[in-house]
Amino acid sequence: MKFGRMKSHRRNRMLIIVFIVCAAAGATTFTLFALNENINLFYSPEQIVRGEAPLGKTIRAGGMVQDGSVIRAEEGLGVSFVVSDLKSAQVTIEFEGILPDMFREGQGIIALGQLTDNGVFVAEEVLAKHDENYMPPEVADALKNEHQSSAETYNKANYN
Amino acid sequence: MIPEFGHFSLILALGLSLALAILPALGVYRRDALLMQTGPSIATGLFVLLAFSFSCLVYSFIQDDFSVAYVANNSNSALPLQYKVSAVWGAHEGSFLLWSLIASGWTLAVAAFSRGLTFDMKARVLSVLGILCAGFVSFLLFTSNPFDRNLPFYPADGGDLNPLLQDFGLIVHPPMLYMGYVGFAVPFALAIATLTTGRLDAAWARWSRPWTNAAWAFLTVGITLGSWWAYYELGWGGWWFWDAVENASFMPWLMGTALIHSLAASEKRGVFKSWTVLLAISTFSLSLLGAFLVRSGVLTSVHAFAVDPTRGIYILVFLVLVIGGSLTLYAWKASGIKSEVQFEWNSREAMLLINNLLLVVATASVLLGTLYPLLYEVITDGKKISVGPPYFNRVFVPIVCLLFVAMAVSPFSRWRRTSTDVLLKQHWPFLLATPVAICLVTYIVATGIDVIAIGVETLAVWILVLLARHWWQAGSISSASQLGMMLAHAGIAVAILGVVVTITYSEGRDVRMEPGDAVSLAGYDFTFEGVQKVRGPNYLADQAEFNVTRDGEFVAKLRPEKRFYSVAQNVMTEADMDPGLMRDVYVALGEKVGDTAWAVRVHVKPFVRWIWLGGLLVALGGFITLLDKRYRRERRLVSDNVVGTAA
Repeated sequence: MKFGRMKSHRRNRMLIIVFIVCAAAGATTFTLFALNENINLFYSPEQIVRGEAPLGKTIRAGGMVQDGSVIRAEEGLGVSFVVSDLKSAQVTIEFEGILPDMFREGQGIIALGQLTDNGVFVAEEVLAKHDENYMPPEVADALKNEHQSSAETYNKANYN
Repeated sequence: MIPEFGHFSLILALGLSLALAILPALGVYRRDALLMQTGPSIATGLFVLLAFSFSCLVYSFIQDDFSVAYVANNSNSALPLQYKVSAVWGAHEGSFLLWSLIASGWTLAVAAFSRGLTFDMKARVLSVLGILCAGFVSFLLFTSNPFDRNLPFYPADGGDLNPLLQDFGLIVHPPMLYMGYVGFAVPFALAIATLTTGRLDAAWARWSRPWTNAAWAFLTVGITLGSWWAYYELGWGGWWFWDAVENASFMPWLMGTALIHSLAASEKRGVFKSWTVLLAISTFSLSLLGAFLVRSGVLTSVHAFAVDPTRGIYILVFLVLVIGGSLTLYAWKASGIKSEVQFEWNSREAMLLINNLLLVVATASVLLGTLYPLLYEVITDGKKISVGPPYFNRVFVPIVCLLFVAMAVSPFSRWRRTSTDVLLKQHWPFLLATPVAICLVTYIVATGIDVIAIGVETLAVWILVLLARHWWQAGSISSASQLGMMLAHAGIAVAILGVVVTITYSEGRDVRMEPGDAVSLAGYDFTFEGVQKVRGPNYLADQAEFNVTRDGEFVAKLRPEKRFYSVAQNVMTEADMDPGLMRDVYVALGEKVGDTAWAVRVHVKPFVRWIWLGGLLVALGGFITLLDKRYRRERRLVSDNVVGTAA
């Protein structure tokens, strides 16, 4: 392992460059793979009703929890509720577990889970932010895009 | 009247920070010693004004002055005193005032403890810090003035502090975090100042090191406290969520860790100089990016402050100016910097290089995951996605495993080259242990226990054993720096051990319970005794009582609560736990699901405290390095030289 001064210097540089290139290429490929597999698209109630959302794939759905729609199971922690975009589109969500503190009827929520054949969304996770004035941006957008006027009425009623 | 004083002194502070940005730099430009020396006195004035302004806000909170809009939105007359004070940094405006105050505090510290710097250098550094302070204070004044009044019609009582924030964790978590974020402005300013002179020498790296270590140690405390707070206050037992805002604090930490290591090589061996400068710039840029992500509302997060587009645009412009400006300067000047030192593949330099590469890749992967939803929305014209924790776990964990292996070997490597004998001598226990471990792992794979977990645990124990042996060998700890380094490394090993054991062996269940019901988990029996109403200073609570036993022996009585804060109309879960070094027994009350039935979450989490214990150990290590005599002694030497050459 005796090398000349220049030579070992050059060899080091080569080693380092090769290492960097390999590491960068490997890391990028791996990262993009992982990223591709773990992004969750958001679908509004209207998109789900129109059948645009894929079945059996983890996606996010959200909307306003409809008044009077929360039904609890007699046994265990099962619960089902309906989210809507405040007009016609409605999606039933089923969940097994503890709902977040800020979950309540009339609140904007987001659920992570899968859409099943019968149009029911089975959630693994339900998110509601810890602030009564807060509406998830996705939900706000879903309301705004499709039903401008009702969303604005909603905003006025809640924010002012 | 008091809020107006506060506002007025904020305006004066803007003036002074502009003066700090301009005058010393002008002095350098004109070679005017008098102007160059104005820095420290302006920095003192700036700090005093901001401290006064901050005190005015604290006073308004204590006095319940609801004519001040910020107080009215974030406080209430029934709020306990300590939370009235911490409510000052409970929302955007006040927390940014704290941020600015801390920035001026670091500036003052630089002015006071910089005898090692030449007049010229000190003036340049203070000017850069002045520019940053001016940016911060003008942001406060123009977009988020905490002293805005609700006049003439102000509410009789305030809207109360978000109940999540009414907690000890929040009293200390943001100040520590900001000390870290803003502290990275010091190495940043020094890097920029050095670039403008074009001379990067060992003195520069030596001078940067204690400041970087201090900022980094504060950030470590901040992140650790944040994780702990999340665990008992909002996480239902989780301690890290890969939430955008957590990532915002984690990225500067990772980059700062790389910077610390790279600075060591730059100081001791004069290598990686321009790389180190780039790291210093990146670290602070990531701090600013974090502030942007949290305060502009572009990302959804449990932590994000209220959305206001003007604020977002202001920070974005500031961010672009700071990052763009410093990178331009870097591109222009750094090509002149050369490192003329060689090292072998097994030298400490090479180890530090590996450390840096891995940390930068780790940071980049977190950055990508954090910003990808934004990118995606722009590219696909409004389609919204979220990047889930599985992405971060898949990408981040392997990198950390590699880092961990490097960490085990590197403290025993030598500068220039490490003879293989030395490595063998240090590591023979592990070389012996490896075949044993392989047999063990094979056995375990057959019986189905997590392999990676076993591997990482073995490595963690190995690192701790090596460090402990190093410790006991007489005379091998030569300085506070080395002691600090070893403590920090041990802390990382402890934290990682905690993470792995907690993830692998934790048990948890969500169950529906009626009074009298019992559930058993990991050998513990939880009996639900019932629920009673409790009244707090500003809330009403349903307090449950659980009797926890193990093999019939009493372990603890746990009283988790479901609180209703009447002013904020918020419901809060207050978990209760029986903490222990080896395990936490955790109970949280969910919703009421029947007439007398409640949803209940129970957890038994082994080693979970090790995560935060490790974090604190890391921070302690960082602080201990500050005691190193070398920084002080050599500082005096350098200043003697300066006096000598000046005379």
